[in-house]
Amino acid sequence: MIKVVGVRRSFGQQEVLRGLDLEVASGEILVVIGRSGGGKSVLLKHLIGLLRPDSGHILVDDVDITRLGRNALDRIRERYGVVFQGGALFDSMSVYDNVAFPLREKTGLRAAEINQKVDEKLAQVGLEGMGAKNPAEISGGMRKRVAIARALVTEPEIVFFDEPTTGLDPILVNTIHHLIVELHRKFRFTAIVVSHEIPEIFQIADRVAMLHDGVIVDSGTPGAIQASPNPIVQHFIRGEVESVADR
Amino acid sequence: MFSSSPPDPWPLPLRPVAALGRVTLDVIEALGRFGVFLVQAVAAAFIPPFKLGRLLDRIHFIGFRSLTIVILTGAFTGMVLGLQIFLVLSRFGSEAFLGPAVALSLIRELGPVLCALIVTGRAGSALTAELGIMKISEQIDALTVMALNPRRYLIAPPIVAGIVTFPLMVALFDVVGIFGAYLIASQLLGMSDGTYFGEMNTFVDIADVMTGFWKALSFGVIVTWVCTYKGYYCGHGAEGVARATTQAVVLSSVLILVWDYFMGSVLP
Repeated sequence: MIKVVGVRRSFGQQEVLRGLDLEVASGEILVVIGRSGGGKSVLLKHLIGLLRPDSGHILVDDVDITRLGRNALDRIRERYGVVFQGGALFDSMSVYDNVAFPLREKTGLRAAEINQKVDEKLAQVGLEGMGAKNPAEISGGMRKRVAIARALVTEPEIVFFDEPTTGLDPILVNTIHHLIVELHRKFRFTAIVVSHEIPEIFQIADRVAMLHDGVIVDSGTPGAIQASPNPIVQHFIRGEVESVADR
Repeated sequence: MFSSSPPDPWPLPLRPVAALGRVTLDVIEALGRFGVFLVQAVAAAFIPPFKLGRLLDRIHFIGFRSLTIVILTGAFTGMVLGLQIFLVLSRFGSEAFLGPAVALSLIRELGPVLCALIVTGRAGSALTAELGIMKISEQIDALTVMALNPRRYLIAPPIVAGIVTFPLMVALFDVVGIFGAYLIASQLLGMSDGTYFGEMNTFVDIADVMTGFWKALSFGVIVTWVCTYKGYYCGHGAEGVARATTQAVVLSSVLILVWDYFMGSVLP
């Protein structure tokens, strides 16, 4: 279970997270929605330990990761898989080597076992036979799928998806969402998805949390969020146009 | 409406002092981070399992792929030196000392400095740009969240590769330069082989070679340290990478010249 308690974080004069509270239950898919620049990626970077809050706590199974040293934090991170917004694939490696990399570096598996796991993961994301290609040679959708395969190849307990469908066409958006649901059903990891793909994201979420102005303004099941009386939530999910002066 | 910036807590007469203090603290912090960066990278290089494949890749990238430019600049530097030193020596009737003069200039001074400057432009800038692009495309973050130490994978190998390759490249530069000057001396100036090489053994001793070696070794550390640091902490976007690359080349070049003076005044 992940628990975020009163997290505040400023960059210079700008306070991005303003006492944010959030809970993620084990095994659920939580989708964090909110406007661009609202602090979703900053929240994610706190959860994976790339940023530390100015104040507040982030508890992963009751361990406060904001107070851990690098080695202790690395032990928590070994339970993580992260799909970055742009994929963050290593340019100097082939698709196969990208997926095999965490296994080679973090496990004592033999080459044959690694080979089998990588082939299996690439097949699960629909990229059989693409291992020899370089990341620069494949499309954006394929890169996202390679990133998902790399994040899941170590069979992590908690997987973070940072806008996994941004910039993709509607068919690919649904393909990636179905892939997340399918893999979640199979491996039962806890998933935290940062997204603003409305309404598609409601199909995959167990729970949705709306981040606005550095705090979670509402959270609940997709149905509850869609019926939320909160005007900020309604404004966002309807995609209502606002004047620049309102912002 | 008017934009409101936070009020300056210092009274007007003290503001220049406060600004100077802020700049000083920033500089000290940056220097501290710069030093810690090297210490952490060197420490990471000694933690097994060793990244031998990555080290060989960096040796290939920094050393082997710089060979053409090192040989070319070494040859022309030697040829220019041969011609210019001959013109000076001929005024004093000391043409016989051309060989030792060229060899000492190259081995003690010009070989390490020019080679380091050339390799900074060729490999150092590429190191910064590569790391900068990895930074802005979140590849370094990806390594971190895989619980892998980016300094061990990305910083330690080039610094060790710099230590290994710079002395070898400088040695090659020196040899090619000496033969470049020999080519001019023998073919253009009509000097015999015996005259050119004969006095070298007398005037060039192991202390001169070691001076060049220590300079080359330290330049290897400086160039890879500065260039990886600038790439690792580059700013945002393409502009950030471009600025980091420029800063890496300029800072490396300045430090090479400053450190060369320091080494030259300390070493025998």
